[in-house]
Amino acid sequence: MKQPAQHFSALQRLMHWSMAVLIVAMLFVGVGMVSTVSSLHDSLLALHRPLGIALFVLVVLRLAVRLKRGAPPLPADLPMWQRLPAHASHLVLYALMIAMPLIGWSMLSAGGYPVVLFGGVHLPPIAPHDVALYAWLRAAHTWLALALYATVLLHLAAALFHALIRRDGVLASMVRG
Amino acid sequence: MSRAPICVPCRLAAIAAVVGCVGAAFAWTAGWLTPKRLSAPHIVNTFESNYGVHAGYRRNHAKGLCVEGWFDSNGNAARVSRAAVFAPGRTPVIGRFAIPGSNPAAPDASTPVRSMALLFQLQDGEQWRTGMNSTPVFVVRTPNQFYAQLVASKPDPATSKPDPARLDAFFQANPETLPFRNWVKAHAPSSSFANTGFYSINAFIATDAAGHTHAVRWQTVPETAYAPETAAQKADPNFLADDLDARLEAGPLRWHLVLTVAAPGDPTNDATQQWPANREQIDAGTLVLRRAEPQSDGMCRDVNYDPTILPDGLKPSNDPLLAARSAAYSVSFNRRTREQAALAQSHGDAQP
Repeated sequence: MKQPAQHFSALQRLMHWSMAVLIVAMLFVGVGMVSTVSSLHDSLLALHRPLGIALFVLVVLRLAVRLKRGAPPLPADLPMWQRLPAHASHLVLYALMIAMPLIGWSMLSAGGYPVVLFGGVHLPPIAPHDVALYAWLRAAHTWLALALYATVLLHLAAALFHALIRRDGVLASMVRG
Repeated sequence: MSRAPICVPCRLAAIAAVVGCVGAAFAWTAGWLTPKRLSAPHIVNTFESNYGVHAGYRRNHAKGLCVEGWFDSNGNAARVSRAAVFAPGRTPVIGRFAIPGSNPAAPDASTPVRSMALLFQLQDGEQWRTGMNSTPVFVVRTPNQFYAQLVASKPDPATSKPDPARLDAFFQANPETLPFRNWVKAHAPSSSFANTGFYSINAFIATDAAGHTHAVRWQTVPETAYAPETAAQKADPNFLADDLDARLEAGPLRWHLVLTVAAPGDPTNDATQQWPANREQIDAGTLVLRRAEPQSDGMCRDVNYDPTILPDGLKPSNDPLLAARSAAYSVSFNRRTREQAALAQSHGDAQP
């Protein structure tokens, strides 16, 4: 039997780090565009939609790679109270990465907004024009974005904890081959 | 295997510092650390604290009605914009007439200004939304001035009218408001939505088929001749809706959609200034409105007339009001749809 790999594949590492940059940028774009009345509002909004759709395509590819390739096992000596949140937080990250673009797209559809990507390129609605549905999705988009950012912070803290305190090679498995 | 000893508290503190900084950057971007920075919720909150919350209604231009019709393009404007709406042909339109203010029951004669909002539903799913006023210029140039005017207009609880001294002090401190005030003084309010012309207020950038850009404004010019508001109308709080219904009974109403093309150097970032009268004007076609509905269940009710929703071939200019309009309309739409959703739930949604 082959030993399970101790590191993520090069493709997985590339997808992880590029999406990490894009997701954090996306969360800043989102929270920034609703906080300003300057012309940044327009340019960030114009960036938010195509970036969200790009992230949706990326997360679908990434999930396929993850299911096919798997992940290195957690260190054998990791206590159960750390093992459970480790698995749970990754599930939450994947769930939110998939849900956020779909909620954004259906929210614009329910609000009757055209889903413009750039120029004349736009997506069809994926939900009926229904403002009660819009109101629900619009609130969910905000609260889940905050939940996603909180989970990203937790993920960052845990990665640093593995690297600096436990020194168990968990961060290294995503940094090098 | 022996490992080098580490200072665990130091390293935990370092992790906390990193995570804290990344969290603080987010909080700053969200505006949570700078509550004085002008935001769209500030503007909408001030409408609400000035004039109350009228659940389910737009926070401004709350009193209005829906109209339906179409735009027959003659192809003339295709010279400055490649937008499909300007090619020869017909585009369906969902519109809304309204008066400014937050009170959905305000008497029509309480304001000299009327507004027309249009949503052009282009064939392939693109949209053009525009919110126009019956004045060719806007009262202020920047979002901060708009906010300051709103604060200065807060009704005095004793008279439920703005304090004239406070409002006057605002006008004196902001001379950009003069062209608007002069225009309103010189133009008596119209007797009907049908005989009113409406102006895009802000400038936009049109892109033609060759990729060249042209700064434009637009207006709808009524075919119905202007007449001033009558004394009888001033006493009737809903004369505008009644008048429109009566006119539509007799047949559709028409406006010409006219684009004004700026010359190089004309300011596009100042809604308080008109461009010189000799600028090129393009009659792009005819807007035909044939049916009105109350906004309580009309097609326009669930539309946010955000003027930055534009088809390919039109884009916002550098006018600072445009982004602020987009941001504030969005907050207004989010709040009123939430109220509508709550109302629908409390009344039961299971009606056939």
